[in-house]
Amino acid sequence: MTPHLNLWLIPVLPLAGAAINGFFGRKSSRQAVSTVGLVFSGAAFAMALWVAVQFSSLTLPYHEFVAHWIRSGNFSADFAFYLDQLSLVMLLVVTGVGFLIHIYSVGYMWDDPSYYRFFAYLNLFMFFMLTLILANNYLLMFIGWEGVGLASYLLIGFWFTKDSAASAGKKAFIVNRIGDFGFLIGLFLIIQHCGSLDFTKVFAQVQPIAAETTGAGLLTAIGILLMVGACGKSAQIPLYVWLPDAMEGPTPVSALIHAATMVTAGVYMVSRSHVIFERAPMALMVVAVIGTLTALFAATIGITQTDIKKVLAYSTVSQLGYMFLACGVGAFSAGIFHLMTHAFFKGLLFLAAGSVIHAVGGEQDMRKMGGLRSYIPVTFGTMFIATLAIAGIPPFAGFWSKDEILWQAYSSEYGSWVFWLIGVITAFITSFYMFRLLFMTFFGDYHGVQVDAHGHANASHGHDGQGEPHESPMVMLVPLMILALLSVVGGLVGIGNRFEHFLEPVFGSGAAADAAGEAANHGTELLLMGISVTVAVLGFIFAYVLYVSKPYLPQKIAEALNGFYTAVLNKYYVDELYAKLFVKPLVDGSTSILWQGVDRKVIDDTVNNAADGARHVSDEVRHMQSGNLRSYAGWIAAGSAVVIAYMIWMGVK
Amino acid sequence: MVPLSYYLVLGGILFACGVAGFLIKRNIITIFMSIELMLNGVNLSFVAFAAHWHELAGQVFVFFVMVVAAAEAAVGLAIIIAVYRTRETLNVDQVNLLKL
Repeated sequence: MTPHLNLWLIPVLPLAGAAINGFFGRKSSRQAVSTVGLVFSGAAFAMALWVAVQFSSLTLPYHEFVAHWIRSGNFSADFAFYLDQLSLVMLLVVTGVGFLIHIYSVGYMWDDPSYYRFFAYLNLFMFFMLTLILANNYLLMFIGWEGVGLASYLLIGFWFTKDSAASAGKKAFIVNRIGDFGFLIGLFLIIQHCGSLDFTKVFAQVQPIAAETTGAGLLTAIGILLMVGACGKSAQIPLYVWLPDAMEGPTPVSALIHAATMVTAGVYMVSRSHVIFERAPMALMVVAVIGTLTALFAATIGITQTDIKKVLAYSTVSQLGYMFLACGVGAFSAGIFHLMTHAFFKGLLFLAAGSVIHAVGGEQDMRKMGGLRSYIPVTFGTMFIATLAIAGIPPFAGFWSKDEILWQAYSSEYGSWVFWLIGVITAFITSFYMFRLLFMTFFGDYHGVQVDAHGHANASHGHDGQGEPHESPMVMLVPLMILALLSVVGGLVGIGNRFEHFLEPVFGSGAAADAAGEAANHGTELLLMGISVTVAVLGFIFAYVLYVSKPYLPQKIAEALNGFYTAVLNKYYVDELYAKLFVKPLVDGSTSILWQGVDRKVIDDTVNNAADGARHVSDEVRHMQSGNLRSYAGWIAAGSAVVIAYMIWMGVK
Repeated sequence: MVPLSYYLVLGGILFACGVAGFLIKRNIITIFMSIELMLNGVNLSFVAFAAHWHELAGQVFVFFVMVVAAAEAAVGLAIIIAVYRTRETLNVDQVNLLKL
């Protein structure tokens, strides 16, 4: 007997919180707003935990029907929820990390005048994200998908009076729209061929279809279109450009939406659609190639960035690339595993970065930090753990998941040593830029109060006269510590493929076959593991040499690599390229054709000419109304004469 | 027996004279008289038809017209007097408050 779970409550609770804070928050005290925000997101987390506790007694997948939504002919889409192992993992990650970040935000946003608005948006985001995860059909998922985009837009542009924040929000929204277009067409194709968007029905129809090993067919098309959608949401090449700009939002937002949860929606969606992807090797190949390229590409940009949040943003893009690489080689559970550990350590990195920014009074440029280790020891400690985790140093969380991905990239039937090699190179770069971040921020001397390196006159730039860098309040530190703990132990669930076996009912027994081969390849696996650890340590050593023991070296290397360095520093000019290729033609075309041409010449002129014509005609006619009695009489007489003449003429005829 | 057409032509001439006077003259009294002339041109054709068709309705119409014309004369002359009192002129070209 499966108990009734009331899954619908999980997304609706944060929605209620958002409504209360959104409608009444303006007049409430900060304490009341925080209480509402925390209670409702915490309740969602508690519900998720309760579901997890009962999980073993459920018959899976668990369906919950709430209400009819669209019924049109044979097609129907309902408000209905779906729970299986995959949703559960996502559910726990989103509500758990989300709740922690809510707590953190209380401290981080305390001084913001729009405090209530922040929590309303944050809760709204939770609602849409949970809808996305729990939906039992693609359409409801799409609602969540668009909703998190909306919440993301609102939160990126949270400080909307700042021009850059407002345009970053727009950029995120528009770039996502391109991806959503692909997603939508994919959904239309599914409707056309399966007549439904229910996961169970669609997958049941797709299941018997043989894999499209020769050439590309329907499933390949659907897969690639879904991937386009995932590229937008999860910031993959070529649609990744919005994510670094999204760092204009408050730091908790970057942590929650643009690192831990929303951007992983694409990975979740691809994993959810694994039945389709597994039958379309070409689509899988596309996913893997895009993921690998993105991982490497973003990592290289991360090396040169000096804004602490931008480094983390490119790191996120790069890690998402890993997850797509995992999906692309058919190792969906490895992708989800990395998604989970990434949520822990990247959420932590962002929160710690927020704590650093908080400590130095809003400064984000790492060149103006340094030596913060002794000022903010807790932040340093947690951030150090997160860095170890993302760099892939055992036994921290990132090591297990990243290693699993690399192993799958090498050994899976869709994998190849090329993916593995690029993955390892990326792992090295990741380790390097993360330790670079750590060393630049926490080691050496503090540069904040001096005249900065570029000779700007204002000495205490970014310091706002707050005195020494100060540690954040406990309300911010506790989430850091919890996430740090998770970053340490979070990977242990992956030992002995336990995580994989947990997800096996969802992703099928691909892993079981793999396990058989694993025994034979155990030596290889250990070797690869050794290489990736070595590479991570090498990254650490490189960063240590360059940024601690010989800090003059980076400058020299940059000079030696002059042209290439500038290109990387400017993010390979991708933004400029897009501006030239797409934005400018669009703006020019709209200006010259649509605005000056269609709007002004056709629409405006039609209206204006009609008005002018009416005025000219009435100007003439007006003279009839002279006020002169005899001219009126004349008109009447003339009119009658015409009528009479007409009648006579008709009579004659 | 005078043929019908004679009456009608005379009525037409009377009516045309009335129209011409109405359009040409500036004095309100004269214009008023021109209206009477037009009415009588019409009356003449009514009675002519009545006599020709041996139909009394035409003559009844004429009585109505004459009664209305009398009433109109009473109201019209009163208006003319009022106009003269306020504007001290009977020239219709100067009574042009209706214009834009």
